Amino acid sequence: MKLIMAIIKPSKLESVREALSEADVHGMTVSEVKGYGRQKGHTEIYRGAEYAVNFIPKLKLEIAVKSEQSDAAIAIIQKAAESGKIGDGKIFVFDLEQVLRIRTGETGDTAL
Amino acid sequence: MTFISKNIKALIIATFAIFIFAAPSFAQSTDINATINSTLQAISDAASAAALEDGATTEEAAIAGSAAISDAVSGSFGDRDAKIFNTLLFLIGGFLVMWMAAGFTMLETGLVRKKNVSMQALKNIALYSIAGLMFWLIGYNVMYGGEAGGFIGSFAPYNFPAVGADTADAGYSTASDWFFQMAFVAATASIVSGAVAERVRLWAFLAFTVVLTGVLYPITGMWQWGGGWLAERGFSDFAGSTLVHSVGGWAALAGVIFIGARKGKYGANGMVTPMPGSSIPLATLGMFILWMGWFGFNGASQLAMGTIADIGDVSRIFANTNLAAASGAITAMILVQLIYKKVDVTMVINGALAGLVAITAEPLAPSVLQTLFIGAVGGAIVVFAIPLLDKLKLDDVVGAIPVHLLAGIWGTMIVPLSKTVEVFGDDAASWSSQAIGIIAIGAFTFIASSIVWLILKVTIGIRVSEEDEALGLDKAEVGVEAYPEF
Repeated sequence: MKLIMAIIKPSKLESVREALSEADVHGMTVSEVKGYGRQKGHTEIYRGAEYAVNFIPKLKLEIAVKSEQSDAAIAIIQKAAESGKIGDGKIFVFDLEQVLRIRTGETGDTAL
Repeated sequence: MTFISKNIKALIIATFAIFIFAAPSFAQSTDINATINSTLQAISDAASAAALEDGATTEEAAIAGSAAISDAVSGSFGDRDAKIFNTLLFLIGGFLVMWMAAGFTMLETGLVRKKNVSMQALKNIALYSIAGLMFWLIGYNVMYGGEAGGFIGSFAPYNFPAVGADTADAGYSTASDWFFQMAFVAATASIVSGAVAERVRLWAFLAFTVVLTGVLYPITGMWQWGGGWLAERGFSDFAGSTLVHSVGGWAALAGVIFIGARKGKYGANGMVTPMPGSSIPLATLGMFILWMGWFGFNGASQLAMGTIADIGDVSRIFANTNLAAASGAITAMILVQLIYKKVDVTMVINGALAGLVAITAEPLAPSVLQTLFIGAVGGAIVVFAIPLLDKLKLDDVVGAIPVHLLAGIWGTMIVPLSKTVEVFGDDAASWSSQAIGIIAIGAFTFIASSIVWLILKVTIGIRVSEEDEALGLDKAEVGVEAYPEF
């Protein structure tokens, strides 16, 4: 099993969710995060004081998938989340050691 | 054609009915006109007769008769009615100014960070209540219980007349006057609260408020509104640009100096770290509530509503007050756009309030153009003063010092522009009297406030610890988070 962690632009959430749903990947966790990569920040002004905003708001998606689905899921996320402009985000893939469904106690692939 | 012929019967009956019902009204209105005319004639005759008895000539008596009719028609009330309306003005103005407490609360909670919102709310509830209590306990008599031309009144709680016993000898009811003035003290106390936010200790701040509302404000207030030495010198401050706003501003400045900036606000090489507020909607709502309350603040400071002239003046004050606020807001907006290329809404809020503070010293006399000018300069002052305070490392969280102190000085200083000899004669304002008042009240308030802050600083401490400041005053001193689920 794999855990796919995708950092995406907040405006792309709905298209990613829809695309994954069509591919039969159900279930994800979304958190609001801030971050930066090579996309630099910008400057803001509050009451006459300039300050650098280094961290840009993003969304972090965490999706657990079967190992066989992993490559397809990654391709789907990339296609749905890209805009071609800087700041589109990144996808990280982790090996997922164990999964358990709390309600039933199922483990492994059946718990996904 | 068909419609008319079909319904001709109904139409004829309806027409008759109208005439039958209307006719008595015509007859009645003729009767009423006759009654009115004979009443007015009676009033005129009575006034003329009284004048002749007093030794007037026939022409003078005729004039007195006409004047009596004019009074009766234009609605200049008799003594009793004037007292009632004067009192009503104080009551309405009083609760409008009280409502500014909500405005200050919303403005301040909106401009502090989430972790300090409950504290800001609590401070405003407490300071309003303390002001009300202190003004009864000693404040009112310190301010109004003194000799003409004096420096300080008397130290005693205020006495209200017994139930049903008030005769409104002064031209208005006793309690309405106390209530109206009490609301003004509360406004002053609230000004300090915003400037020292996010790091002041609750009880130290409230201790300062006790002294400000019980002693400091009433003393300077006595000098002018209590008939004291400044009033005798011809100082002019209609609704309190200096007595309320600058006094609050000086106290706030002293507080900001003695309490120091928030941790992390100012860095090396003049770097300024902004700490944006938690709710722009709340801050804006606060501004509009203050704007509305200002109609009571300025309007009811006419202190009389018993004649057409008075209520006309109150109306003019309402109009000027609104114009000054609008002018301040737009001026701030334009300047901020030109300087920063983006329009910081918090500075526009400050601009509107500065316009209001500036017109408060003389909201009656200025023409529309003068009013717009006065408000505009107020708005401009805050745009330049806010970053200037940061350069001086004076951390004023909400812009209280530019809005209340600086715009208050401006508003007070510019009074002679409109309160001229041509219109006001001996009552006209003079540049020198205004300057003397500003300097005297400024020096007294700043020095006395500094002493109080210093005493509090070395005894109980006025600032929370570094950990508490980072944790947020809501958790550290209030125990209730404003947004616990976010």
